Amino acid sequence: MRDALWLSLVCSVGATALAFVLGLPLAWVLARTDLPGRHVVRALVLLPMVLPPVVGGVALLLAFGRRGLVGQYLDDWFGIRLPFTTWGAIVAEAFVAMPFFVIVVEAGLRSLDQRYEEAAATLGARRLTTFRRVVLPLIAPSVIAGAALTWARALGEFGATILFAGNLQGKTQTMPLAIFIELQTNLGGAIALSLVLLALSVVVLVSLRDRWFPA
Amino acid sequence: MSLEARVGVRLGALALDVALDAEAAQTVVLLGPNGAGKTTVLRVIAGLLALDAGRVVVDGQVLDDPVSGAWIPTERRPIGYVFQNDALFPHLSALENVAFGLRARGARRREANQQAQVWLERVGVAEYADARPGALSGGQAQRVALARALVLEPRVLLLDEPLSALDATVRVDTRRQLRRHLDDHPGVRIVVTHDPVDAMTLGDRVIVLEAGRVVQAGPLAELRERPRSRYVADLVGVNLYRGSADRGRIRLREGGELVTAGHGSGDVFAVVHPRAVALHRLEPEGTPRNVLAGTVDHLDVEGDRVRVIVAGAVPVTAEVTPAAVTELELTAGAAVWASIKATEISVYPA
Repeated sequence: MRDALWLSLVCSVGATALAFVLGLPLAWVLARTDLPGRHVVRALVLLPMVLPPVVGGVALLLAFGRRGLVGQYLDDWFGIRLPFTTWGAIVAEAFVAMPFFVIVVEAGLRSLDQRYEEAAATLGARRLTTFRRVVLPLIAPSVIAGAALTWARALGEFGATILFAGNLQGKTQTMPLAIFIELQTNLGGAIALSLVLLALSVVVLVSLRDRWFPA
Repeated sequence: MSLEARVGVRLGALALDVALDAEAAQTVVLLGPNGAGKTTVLRVIAGLLALDAGRVVVDGQVLDDPVSGAWIPTERRPIGYVFQNDALFPHLSALENVAFGLRARGARRREANQQAQVWLERVGVAEYADARPGALSGGQAQRVALARALVLEPRVLLLDEPLSALDATVRVDTRRQLRRHLDDHPGVRIVVTHDPVDAMTLGDRVIVLEAGRVVQAGPLAELRERPRSRYVADLVGVNLYRGSADRGRIRLREGGELVTAGHGSGDVFAVVHPRAVALHRLEPEGTPRNVLAGTVDHLDVEGDRVRVIVAGAVPVTAEVTPAAVTELELTAGAAVWASIKATEISVYPA
Protein backbone atom coordinates (compact mmCIF):
# COMPACT_ATOMS: atom_id res chain seq x y z
CA MET A 1 0.00 0.00 0.00
CA ARG A 2 2.88 2.35 0.73
CA ASP A 3 4.15 1.54 -2.75
CA ALA A 4 0.90 2.69 -4.26
CA LEU A 5 0.78 5.94 -2.28
CA TRP A 6 4.39 6.78 -3.11
CA LEU A 7 3.89 5.90 -6.78
CA SER A 8 0.76 8.01 -6.90
CA LEU A 9 2.68 11.01 -5.60
CA VAL A 10 5.56 10.45 -8.01
CA CYS A 11 3.28 10.01 -11.00
CA SER A 12 0.95 12.89 -10.21
CA VAL A 13 3.82 15.30 -9.56
CA GLY A 14 5.58 14.03 -12.69
CA ALA A 15 2.40 14.48 -14.72
CA THR A 16 1.99 18.01 -13.35
CA ALA A 17 5.59 18.84 -14.28
CA LEU A 18 5.00 17.45 -17.77
CA ALA A 19 1.81 19.49 -18.09
CA PHE A 20 3.75 22.58 -16.98
CA VAL A 21 6.54 22.09 -19.51
CA LEU A 22 4.21 21.33 -22.43
CA GLY A 23 1.19 23.34 -21.32
CA LEU A 24 2.85 26.69 -20.61
CA PRO A 25 4.07 27.30 -24.17
CA LEU A 26 0.82 25.86 -25.50
CA ALA A 27 -1.28 28.23 -23.39
CA TRP A 28 0.90 31.13 -24.55
CA VAL A 29 0.44 30.20 -28.21
CA LEU A 30 -3.32 29.89 -27.74
CA ALA A 31 -3.64 33.18 -25.85
CA ARG A 32 -1.10 35.39 -27.58
CA THR A 33 -0.71 34.41 -31.22
CA ASP A 34 -3.07 34.21 -34.13
CA LEU A 35 -1.47 31.10 -35.51
CA PRO A 36 -3.67 29.54 -38.17
CA GLY A 37 -5.27 26.37 -36.91
CA ARG A 38 -5.01 27.29 -33.25
CA HIS A 39 -8.72 26.59 -32.84
CA VAL A 40 -8.04 23.04 -33.92
CA VAL A 41 -5.11 22.87 -31.50
CA ARG A 42 -7.30 24.13 -28.67
CA ALA A 43 -9.97 21.52 -29.47
CA LEU A 44 -7.31 18.78 -29.44
CA VAL A 45 -5.90 20.01 -26.16
CA LEU A 46 -9.32 19.98 -24.55
CA LEU A 47 -10.34 16.65 -26.05
CA PRO A 48 -9.06 14.54 -23.11
CA MET A 49 -11.47 16.44 -20.83
CA VAL A 50 -14.49 15.07 -22.62
CA LEU A 51 -12.99 11.80 -23.76
CA PRO A 52 -13.65 8.78 -21.51
CA PRO A 53 -10.23 8.11 -19.95
CA VAL A 54 -10.36 4.48 -21.08
CA VAL A 55 -10.68 5.67 -24.68
CA GLY A 56 -7.73 7.96 -24.00
CA GLY A 57 -5.79 4.92 -22.87
CA VAL A 58 -6.59 3.12 -26.12
CA ALA A 59 -5.49 6.19 -28.08
CA LEU A 60 -2.25 6.34 -26.13
CA LEU A 61 -1.58 2.66 -26.84
CA LEU A 62 -2.19 3.20 -30.55
CA ALA A 63 0.15 6.19 -30.55
CA PHE A 64 2.86 5.21 -28.07
CA GLY A 65 2.49 1.41 -27.89
CA ARG A 66 5.52 -0.61 -28.99
CA ARG A 67 4.03 -0.92 -32.47
CA GLY A 68 2.24 2.43 -32.23
CA LEU A 69 2.46 5.36 -34.62
CA VAL A 70 5.10 7.16 -32.57
CA GLY A 71 6.00 4.36 -30.17
CA GLN A 72 7.81 2.19 -32.71
CA TYR A 73 10.25 5.00 -33.50
CA LEU A 74 10.76 5.82 -29.84
CA ASP A 75 11.69 2.17 -29.36
CA ASP A 76 13.80 1.78 -32.54
CA TRP A 77 15.69 5.06 -32.27
CA PHE A 78 15.93 5.79 -28.57
CA GLY A 79 15.05 2.50 -26.93
CA ILE A 80 12.26 4.24 -25.04
CA ARG A 81 9.25 2.08 -24.15
CA LEU A 82 6.37 3.81 -22.43
CA PRO A 83 3.63 1.18 -22.01
CA PHE A 84 3.66 -0.69 -18.72
CA THR A 85 6.32 1.56 -17.20
CA THR A 86 6.18 4.31 -14.58
CA TRP A 87 6.87 6.81 -17.37
CA GLY A 88 3.84 5.41 -19.13
CA ALA A 89 1.73 6.07 -16.04
CA ILE A 90 3.03 9.63 -15.93
CA VAL A 91 2.24 10.18 -19.61
CA ALA A 92 -1.25 8.72 -19.20
CA GLU A 93 -1.99 10.97 -16.22
CA ALA A 94 -0.56 14.04 -17.99
CA PHE A 95 -2.67 13.29 -21.07
CA VAL A 96 -5.85 13.31 -19.06
CA ALA A 97 -4.98 16.14 -16.67
CA MET A 98 -3.12 18.67 -18.84
CA PRO A 99 -6.26 20.38 -20.24
CA PHE A 100 -6.96 21.75 -16.77
CA PHE A 101 -3.57 23.42 -16.74
CA VAL A 102 -3.85 24.82 -20.26
CA ILE A 103 -7.36 26.20 -19.71
CA VAL A 104 -6.54 27.96 -16.45
CA VAL A 105 -3.22 29.39 -17.65
CA GLU A 106 -4.68 30.51 -20.97
CA ALA A 107 -7.44 32.34 -19.11
CA GLY A 108 -4.81 33.95 -16.88
CA LEU A 109 -2.82 35.09 -19.91
CA ARG A 110 -5.90 36.49 -21.60
CA SER A 111 -6.79 38.56 -18.59
CA LEU A 112 -3.23 39.93 -18.35
CA ASP A 113 -2.97 43.42 -19.83
CA GLN A 114 -0.81 43.12 -22.95
CA ARG A 115 0.73 46.51 -22.24
CA TYR A 116 3.12 44.88 -19.77
CA GLU A 117 4.54 42.73 -22.53
CA GLU A 118 4.62 45.72 -24.88
CA ALA A 119 6.37 47.82 -22.25
CA ALA A 120 8.97 45.08 -21.76
CA ALA A 121 9.59 44.98 -25.52
CA THR A 122 10.08 48.76 -25.69
CA LEU A 123 12.66 48.32 -22.93
CA GLY A 124 14.63 45.91 -25.09
CA ALA A 125 13.51 42.60 -23.59
CA ARG A 126 13.18 39.64 -25.94
CA ARG A 127 10.10 37.45 -25.75
CA LEU A 128 11.67 34.83 -23.54
CA THR A 129 13.01 37.42 -21.09
CA THR A 130 9.63 39.11 -21.09
CA PHE A 131 7.91 35.82 -20.41
CA ARG A 132 10.24 34.87 -17.60
CA ARG A 133 10.54 38.23 -15.86
CA VAL A 134 7.15 39.81 -16.54
CA VAL A 135 4.48 37.39 -17.72
CA LEU A 136 5.20 34.42 -15.48
CA PRO A 137 5.33 36.38 -12.20
CA LEU A 138 2.11 38.18 -13.13
CA ILE A 139 0.18 35.02 -14.00
CA ALA A 140 1.65 33.03 -11.11
CA PRO A 141 -1.75 32.67 -9.38
CA SER A 142 -3.20 31.07 -12.52
CA VAL A 143 -0.20 28.80 -12.92
CA ILE A 144 -0.45 27.65 -9.32
CA ALA A 145 -4.19 27.09 -9.53
CA GLY A 146 -3.85 25.26 -12.85
CA ALA A 147 -1.05 23.09 -11.51
CA ALA A 148 -3.03 22.18 -8.39
CA LEU A 149 -6.07 21.17 -10.41
CA THR A 150 -3.90 19.18 -12.80
CA TRP A 151 -2.19 17.44 -9.93
CA ALA A 152 -5.49 16.53 -8.28
CA ARG A 153 -6.89 15.18 -11.54
CA ALA A 154 -3.71 13.18 -12.19
CA LEU A 155 -3.82 11.77 -8.67
CA GLY A 156 -7.23 10.25 -9.29
CA GLU A 157 -6.55 9.00 -12.81
CA PHE A 158 -7.67 5.41 -13.39
CA GLY A 159 -8.88 4.49 -16.86
CA ALA A 160 -6.09 5.72 -19.11
CA THR A 161 -3.44 4.61 -16.64
CA ILE A 162 -4.61 1.01 -16.29
CA LEU A 163 -5.01 0.65 -20.04
CA PHE A 164 -1.76 2.24 -21.08
CA ALA A 165 0.49 1.45 -18.13
CA GLY A 166 -1.14 -1.63 -16.66
CA ASN A 167 -1.38 -2.55 -13.02
CA LEU A 168 2.12 -3.57 -11.94
CA GLN A 169 2.65 -3.17 -8.24
CA GLY A 170 5.45 -0.74 -7.43
CA LYS A 171 5.74 0.28 -11.10
CA THR A 172 2.38 1.44 -12.34
CA GLN A 173 -0.12 0.54 -9.66
CA THR A 174 -1.18 3.94 -8.34
CA MET A 175 -3.67 4.51 -5.51
CA PRO A 176 -6.87 4.35 -7.57
CA LEU A 177 -5.72 1.08 -9.11
CA ALA A 178 -4.77 -0.30 -5.72
CA ILE A 179 -8.18 0.68 -4.36
CA PHE A 180 -9.86 -1.16 -7.22
CA ILE A 181 -7.83 -4.32 -6.56
CA GLU A 182 -8.26 -4.06 -2.80
CA LEU A 183 -12.01 -3.74 -3.19
CA GLN A 184 -12.24 -7.26 -4.64
CA THR A 185 -10.84 -8.84 -1.49
CA ASN A 186 -10.86 -6.37 1.36
CA LEU A 187 -13.57 -3.71 1.60
CA GLY A 188 -12.11 -2.13 4.72
CA GLY A 189 -8.70 -1.63 3.10
CA ALA A 190 -10.32 -0.06 0.04
CA ILE A 191 -12.26 2.38 2.22
CA ALA A 192 -9.11 3.32 4.15
CA LEU A 193 -7.22 4.02 0.91
CA SER A 194 -10.15 6.01 -0.42
CA LEU A 195 -10.17 8.16 2.69
CA VAL A 196 -6.48 8.99 2.16
CA LEU A 197 -7.19 10.19 -1.39
CA LEU A 198 -10.27 12.09 -0.23
CA ALA A 199 -8.22 13.86 2.43
CA LEU A 200 -5.57 14.86 -0.11
CA SER A 201 -8.19 16.31 -2.48
CA VAL A 202 -9.87 18.27 0.29
CA VAL A 203 -6.53 19.76 1.39
CA VAL A 204 -5.82 20.93 -2.17
CA LEU A 205 -9.29 22.39 -2.56
CA VAL A 206 -9.10 24.26 0.73
CA SER A 207 -5.63 25.64 0.06
CA LEU A 208 -6.85 26.89 -3.31
CA ARG A 209 -10.08 28.33 -2.00
CA ASP A 210 -8.92 31.95 -1.89
CA ARG A 211 -7.53 31.97 -5.41
CA TRP A 212 -10.15 29.86 -7.04
CA PHE A 213 -13.30 30.99 -5.27
CA PRO A 214 -12.55 34.53 -4.10
CA ALA A 215 -14.74 35.52 -1.19
CA MET B 1 19.27 62.23 -34.60
CA SER B 2 16.14 62.41 -36.66
CA LEU B 3 12.92 60.60 -37.31
CA GLU B 4 11.13 60.42 -40.61
CA ALA B 5 7.86 58.59 -40.66
CA ARG B 6 5.04 58.21 -43.08
CA VAL B 7 2.40 56.22 -41.33
CA GLY B 8 -0.29 54.49 -43.36
CA VAL B 9 -2.42 52.10 -41.34
CA ARG B 10 -5.95 50.78 -41.58
CA LEU B 11 -7.47 49.87 -38.24
CA GLY B 12 -11.18 49.19 -38.38
CA ALA B 13 -12.90 52.42 -39.33
CA LEU B 14 -9.72 54.46 -38.97
CA ALA B 15 -7.64 55.08 -42.10
CA LEU B 16 -4.46 56.69 -40.89
CA ASP B 17 -2.17 58.62 -43.21
CA VAL B 18 0.25 60.85 -41.37
CA ALA B 19 3.65 62.28 -42.26
CA LEU B 20 5.82 63.07 -39.28
CA ASP B 21 9.38 64.40 -39.33
CA ALA B 22 11.21 65.34 -36.19
CA GLU B 23 14.70 66.54 -35.36
CA ALA B 24 16.79 65.97 -32.27
CA ALA B 25 16.22 68.17 -29.23
CA GLN B 26 12.77 69.07 -30.43
CA THR B 27 9.44 68.13 -28.93
CA VAL B 28 6.70 67.40 -31.41
CA VAL B 29 3.20 67.20 -30.01
CA LEU B 30 0.54 65.11 -31.70
CA LEU B 31 -2.70 66.78 -30.75
CA GLY B 32 -6.17 65.62 -31.60
CA PRO B 33 -9.49 64.34 -30.31
CA ASN B 34 -9.92 60.76 -29.10
CA GLY B 35 -9.91 58.27 -31.94
CA ALA B 36 -7.88 60.50 -34.26
CA GLY B 37 -5.09 57.92 -34.45
CA LYS B 38 -2.46 59.63 -32.29
CA THR B 39 -1.59 56.56 -30.23
CA THR B 40 -1.53 54.43 -33.36
CA VAL B 41 1.24 56.64 -34.77
CA LEU B 42 3.31 56.05 -31.63
CA ARG B 43 2.67 52.30 -31.75
CA VAL B 44 3.86 52.17 -35.35
CA ILE B 45 7.06 54.05 -34.52
CA ALA B 46 7.63 51.70 -31.58
CA GLY B 47 7.02 48.63 -33.72
CA LEU B 48 4.01 47.50 -31.68
CA LEU B 49 1.98 47.77 -34.87
CA ALA B 50 3.15 47.09 -38.43
CA LEU B 51 2.66 49.56 -41.25
CA ASP B 52 0.32 48.87 -44.13
CA ALA B 53 1.96 51.59 -46.18
CA GLY B 54 4.69 54.13 -45.62
CA ARG B 55 8.05 54.04 -43.87
CA VAL B 56 9.65 54.62 -40.49
CA VAL B 57 13.28 55.76 -40.55
CA VAL B 58 15.45 56.75 -37.59
CA ASP B 59 18.88 58.21 -38.34
CA GLY B 60 18.88 56.65 -41.79
CA GLN B 61 18.01 53.19 -40.44
CA VAL B 62 14.79 51.80 -41.87
CA LEU B 63 12.72 50.32 -39.04
CA ASP B 64 9.62 49.44 -41.01
CA ASP B 65 8.96 49.42 -44.74
CA PRO B 66 6.31 47.07 -46.07
CA VAL B 67 7.52 47.58 -49.66
CA SER B 68 11.09 46.39 -49.08
CA GLY B 69 10.07 44.11 -46.21
CA ALA B 70 12.41 45.83 -43.77
CA TRP B 71 11.34 45.28 -40.16
CA ILE B 72 13.14 45.83 -36.88
CA PRO B 73 11.26 44.37 -33.90
CA THR B 74 10.35 46.60 -30.97
CA GLU B 75 13.05 45.27 -28.65
CA ARG B 76 15.78 46.32 -31.09
CA ARG B 77 14.44 49.79 -31.85
CA PRO B 78 16.21 52.83 -30.33
CA ILE B 79 13.03 54.04 -28.70
CA GLY B 80 11.64 54.79 -25.28
CA TYR B 81 7.90 54.57 -24.67
CA VAL B 82 5.98 56.09 -21.79
CA PHE B 83 2.56 54.46 -21.83
CA GLN B 84 -0.72 56.05 -20.91
CA ASN B 85 -1.40 55.15 -17.26
CA ASP B 86 2.34 54.34 -16.90
CA ALA B 87 2.16 50.49 -17.39
CA LEU B 88 4.77 49.95 -14.67
CA PHE B 89 5.37 46.29 -13.84
CA PRO B 90 3.23 45.79 -10.74
CA HIS B 91 5.38 42.97 -9.31
CA LEU B 92 8.63 44.96 -9.39
CA SER B 93 9.75 47.86 -7.19
CA ALA B 94 10.20 51.32 -8.69
CA LEU B 95 13.95 50.71 -8.81
CA GLU B 96 13.57 47.31 -10.50
CA ASN B 97 11.18 48.85 -13.01
CA VAL B 98 13.75 51.45 -14.01
CA ALA B 99 16.58 48.90 -14.01
CA PHE B 100 14.55 46.45 -16.14
CA GLY B 101 15.62 47.85 -19.51
CA LEU B 102 19.28 48.01 -18.55
CA ARG B 103 19.15 44.41 -17.32
CA ALA B 104 17.35 43.28 -20.49
CA ARG B 105 20.19 44.88 -22.47
CA GLY B 106 22.76 42.90 -20.56
CA ALA B 107 23.83 45.18 -17.68
CA ARG B 108 24.81 43.60 -14.37
CA ARG B 109 22.34 43.93 -11.54
CA ARG B 110 24.59 46.25 -9.48
CA GLU B 111 25.31 48.65 -12.34
CA ALA B 112 21.71 48.61 -13.48
CA ASN B 113 20.45 49.38 -9.98
CA GLN B 114 23.00 52.15 -9.51
CA GLN B 115 22.03 53.83 -12.74
CA ALA B 116 18.34 53.36 -12.00
CA GLN B 117 18.82 55.04 -8.63
CA VAL B 118 20.48 58.03 -10.33
CA TRP B 119 17.47 58.41 -12.60
CA LEU B 120 14.97 58.04 -9.79
CA GLU B 121 16.80 60.91 -8.08
CA ARG B 122 16.79 62.94 -11.25
CA VAL B 123 13.01 62.69 -11.58
CA GLY B 124 12.59 63.30 -7.87
CA VAL B 125 11.24 60.00 -6.52
CA ALA B 126 14.42 58.47 -5.08
CA GLU B 127 12.78 57.86 -1.71
CA TYR B 128 10.26 55.50 -3.32
CA ALA B 129 12.87 53.21 -4.90
CA ASP B 130 11.66 50.15 -2.98
CA ALA B 131 7.95 50.86 -3.36
CA ARG B 132 5.75 48.78 -5.65
CA PRO B 133 3.83 50.78 -8.28
CA GLY B 134 0.59 50.06 -6.44
CA ALA B 135 1.82 52.10 -3.50
CA LEU B 136 2.76 55.14 -5.61
CA SER B 137 0.54 58.12 -6.36
CA GLY B 138 -0.31 58.90 -9.99
CA GLY B 139 2.32 61.62 -10.20
CA GLN B 140 5.04 59.45 -8.66
CA ALA B 141 4.22 56.51 -10.94
CA GLN B 142 4.37 58.85 -13.91
CA ARG B 143 7.87 59.94 -12.94
CA VAL B 144 9.05 56.37 -12.48
CA ALA B 145 7.65 55.53 -15.92
CA LEU B 146 9.53 58.50 -17.38
CA ALA B 147 12.76 57.43 -15.67
CA ARG B 148 12.26 53.87 -16.95
CA ALA B 149 12.19 55.17 -20.53
CA LEU B 150 14.91 57.83 -20.14
CA VAL B 151 17.47 55.57 -18.46
CA LEU B 152 18.06 53.84 -21.80
CA GLU B 153 18.80 57.18 -23.48
CA PRO B 154 16.55 56.41 -26.43
CA ARG B 155 17.07 58.25 -29.70
CA VAL B 156 13.31 58.63 -30.02
CA LEU B 157 11.24 59.18 -26.89
CA LEU B 158 7.51 58.52 -27.23
CA LEU B 159 5.03 59.68 -24.61
CA ASP B 160 1.36 58.71 -24.79
CA GLU B 161 -0.89 61.09 -22.82
CA PRO B 162 1.75 61.36 -20.09
CA LEU B 163 -0.39 63.61 -17.89
CA SER B 164 -3.92 62.38 -18.50
CA ALA B 165 -4.03 60.10 -15.46
CA LEU B 166 -3.13 62.88 -13.04
CA ASP B 167 -5.56 65.04 -11.10
CA ALA B 168 -5.47 68.79 -11.52
CA THR B 169 -3.41 69.58 -8.41
CA VAL B 170 -0.32 67.55 -9.35
CA ARG B 171 -0.79 68.04 -13.04
CA VAL B 172 0.56 71.58 -13.25
CA ASP B 173 3.66 70.68 -11.30
CA THR B 174 4.30 67.42 -13.15
CA ARG B 175 3.79 69.14 -16.48
CA ARG B 176 6.42 71.77 -15.72
CA GLN B 177 8.92 69.13 -14.63
CA LEU B 178 8.14 66.97 -17.63
CA ARG B 179 8.97 69.95 -19.84
CA ARG B 180 12.33 70.24 -18.10
CA HIS B 181 13.14 66.54 -18.55
CA LEU B 182 12.09 66.66 -22.17
CA ASP B 183 14.34 69.66 -22.76
CA ASP B 184 17.24 67.76 -21.19
CA HIS B 185 16.73 64.76 -23.44
CA PRO B 186 18.96 65.05 -26.49
CA GLY B 187 16.90 62.84 -28.79
CA VAL B 188 13.67 63.24 -30.68
CA ARG B 189 10.63 63.69 -28.41
CA ILE B 190 7.09 62.95 -29.47
CA VAL B 191 4.19 63.59 -27.12
CA VAL B 192 0.60 62.53 -27.75
CA THR B 193 -2.10 64.52 -26.01
CA HIS B 194 -5.64 65.74 -26.41
CA ASP B 195 -5.08 68.60 -23.98
CA PRO B 196 -4.16 71.93 -25.59
CA VAL B 197 -2.49 73.14 -22.39
CA ASP B 198 -0.19 70.11 -22.42
CA ALA B 199 0.52 70.79 -26.07
CA MET B 200 1.40 74.40 -25.42
CA THR B 201 3.56 73.68 -22.39
CA LEU B 202 5.44 70.73 -23.81
CA GLY B 203 5.60 71.22 -27.54
CA ASP B 204 7.92 73.11 -29.83
CA ARG B 205 5.88 72.08 -32.79
CA VAL B 206 2.34 70.76 -32.97
CA ILE B 207 0.75 68.37 -35.43
CA VAL B 208 -3.00 68.29 -35.24
CA LEU B 209 -4.67 65.03 -36.20
CA GLU B 210 -8.32 64.54 -36.95
CA ALA B 211 -9.77 61.23 -38.14
CA GLY B 212 -6.37 59.93 -39.17
CA ARG B 213 -5.25 63.00 -41.14
CA VAL B 214 -3.03 65.94 -40.37
CA VAL B 215 -5.28 68.99 -40.41
CA GLN B 216 -2.60 71.44 -39.37
CA ALA B 217 1.07 71.38 -38.43
CA GLY B 218 3.38 74.10 -37.28
CA PRO B 219 4.66 76.09 -34.36
CA LEU B 220 2.19 76.86 -31.62
CA ALA B 221 1.96 80.56 -32.38
CA GLU B 222 0.81 79.77 -35.87
CA LEU B 223 -1.93 77.50 -34.58
CA ARG B 224 -3.10 80.22 -32.30
CA GLU B 225 -3.09 82.94 -34.95
CA ARG B 226 -4.20 80.95 -37.94
CA PRO B 227 -6.24 77.89 -36.98
CA ARG B 228 -7.36 75.90 -39.97
CA SER B 229 -10.11 73.78 -38.48
CA ARG B 230 -12.99 74.09 -36.05
CA TYR B 231 -11.18 71.72 -33.67
CA VAL B 232 -8.04 73.85 -33.55
CA ALA B 233 -10.06 77.05 -33.22
CA ASP B 234 -11.94 75.58 -30.25
CA LEU B 235 -8.66 74.44 -28.70
CA VAL B 236 -7.07 77.87 -28.85
CA GLY B 237 -10.39 79.52 -28.04
CA VAL B 238 -11.07 81.77 -31.00
CA ASN B 239 -13.97 82.31 -33.41
CA LEU B 240 -13.21 80.77 -36.78
CA TYR B 241 -15.20 81.46 -39.94
CA ARG B 242 -14.76 80.30 -43.47
CA GLY B 243 -16.14 81.86 -46.62
CA SER B 244 -15.30 83.58 -49.84
CA ALA B 245 -13.81 87.05 -49.67
CA ASP B 246 -14.46 89.80 -52.13
CA ARG B 247 -13.38 93.42 -51.68
CA GLY B 248 -13.39 93.47 -47.93
CA ARG B 249 -16.51 91.35 -47.48
CA ILE B 250 -16.59 87.68 -46.62
CA ARG B 251 -19.65 85.70 -47.53
CA LEU B 252 -19.67 82.96 -44.91
CA ARG B 253 -20.30 79.34 -45.79
CA GLU B 254 -22.88 78.92 -43.05
CA GLY B 255 -24.66 82.10 -44.09
CA GLY B 256 -24.14 85.73 -43.07
CA GLU B 257 -21.44 88.18 -43.90
CA LEU B 258 -18.43 89.80 -42.24
CA VAL B 259 -16.85 93.11 -43.14
CA THR B 260 -13.07 93.13 -42.88
CA ALA B 261 -10.31 95.65 -43.31
CA GLY B 262 -8.17 93.49 -45.57
CA HIS B 263 -8.55 92.91 -49.27
CA GLY B 264 -8.07 89.15 -49.51
CA SER B 265 -10.11 87.29 -52.03
CA GLY B 266 -11.23 83.76 -52.74
CA ASP B 267 -11.64 81.00 -50.15
CA VAL B 268 -10.49 82.36 -46.80
CA PHE B 269 -10.49 81.77 -43.07
CA ALA B 270 -11.35 84.62 -40.73
CA VAL B 271 -10.44 84.65 -37.06
CA VAL B 272 -11.86 86.85 -34.35
CA HIS B 273 -10.58 86.69 -30.80
CA PRO B 274 -13.46 86.67 -28.27
CA ARG B 275 -11.82 89.65 -26.51
CA ALA B 276 -12.45 91.67 -29.63
CA VAL B 277 -16.19 91.01 -29.53
CA ALA B 278 -18.37 93.51 -27.66
CA LEU B 279 -21.90 92.73 -26.47
CA HIS B 280 -24.88 95.10 -26.29
CA ARG B 281 -28.49 94.72 -25.14
CA LEU B 282 -29.67 97.34 -27.69
CA GLU B 283 -28.64 97.52 -31.30
CA PRO B 284 -25.46 99.58 -31.24
CA GLU B 285 -24.65 102.48 -33.52
CA GLY B 286 -21.04 103.39 -34.04
CA THR B 287 -17.85 102.48 -35.79
CA PRO B 288 -17.95 98.66 -35.56
CA ARG B 289 -18.73 97.47 -39.03
CA ASN B 290 -20.08 94.09 -37.97
CA VAL B 291 -23.17 93.99 -35.82
CA LEU B 292 -24.63 90.52 -35.30
CA ALA B 293 -27.98 89.76 -33.72
CA GLY B 294 -28.34 86.65 -31.61
CA THR B 295 -29.35 85.12 -28.30
CA VAL B 296 -27.12 83.98 -25.48
CA ASP B 297 -26.75 80.21 -25.70
CA HIS B 298 -24.69 79.66 -22.57
CA LEU B 299 -21.89 81.11 -20.46
CA ASP B 300 -18.53 79.57 -19.51
CA VAL B 301 -16.71 81.06 -16.56
CA GLU B 302 -12.94 80.95 -17.04
CA GLY B 303 -11.10 82.50 -14.15
CA ASP B 304 -11.88 86.20 -14.03
CA ARG B 305 -13.48 86.21 -17.45
CA VAL B 306 -16.73 84.90 -18.82
CA ARG B 307 -17.10 83.52 -22.31
CA VAL B 308 -20.54 84.21 -23.67
CA ILE B 309 -21.57 81.88 -26.48
CA VAL B 310 -24.05 83.68 -28.72
CA ALA B 311 -26.19 81.75 -31.18
CA GLY B 312 -27.47 83.49 -34.28
CA ALA B 313 -27.13 83.68 -38.04
CA VAL B 314 -23.40 84.15 -37.39
CA PRO B 315 -22.54 82.36 -34.15
CA VAL B 316 -19.92 84.14 -32.08
CA THR B 317 -18.21 83.82 -28.70
CA ALA B 318 -17.42 86.93 -26.68
CA GLU B 319 -15.16 87.28 -23.70
CA VAL B 320 -16.39 89.76 -21.08
CA THR B 321 -15.93 90.49 -17.39
CA PRO B 322 -18.28 89.08 -14.74
CA ALA B 323 -19.32 92.66 -13.99
CA ALA B 324 -20.51 93.09 -17.57
CA VAL B 325 -22.51 89.88 -17.32
CA THR B 326 -24.35 91.22 -14.25
CA GLU B 327 -24.82 94.71 -15.68
CA LEU B 328 -26.20 93.53 -19.02
CA GLU B 329 -28.16 90.71 -17.36
CA LEU B 330 -26.65 88.18 -19.73
CA THR B 331 -28.35 84.88 -19.12
CA ALA B 332 -29.14 81.99 -21.41
CA GLY B 333 -31.85 83.06 -23.86
CA ALA B 334 -31.20 86.81 -23.57
CA ALA B 335 -31.30 88.70 -26.87
CA VAL B 336 -28.01 90.49 -27.56
CA TRP B 337 -26.08 92.29 -30.25
CA ALA B 338 -22.47 91.46 -30.84
CA SER B 339 -20.20 93.97 -32.53
CA ILE B 340 -16.81 93.37 -34.10
CA LYS B 341 -14.53 96.03 -35.56
CA ALA B 342 -13.44 95.19 -39.06
CA THR B 343 -9.78 95.70 -38.06
CA GLU B 344 -10.07 92.97 -35.41
CA ILE B 345 -10.75 90.28 -37.99
CA SER B 346 -7.68 88.56 -39.35
CA VAL B 347 -8.11 86.96 -42.73
CA TYR B 348 -5.91 84.36 -44.41
CA PRO B 349 -6.30 82.07 -47.39
CA ALA B 350 -7.84 78.67 -46.80
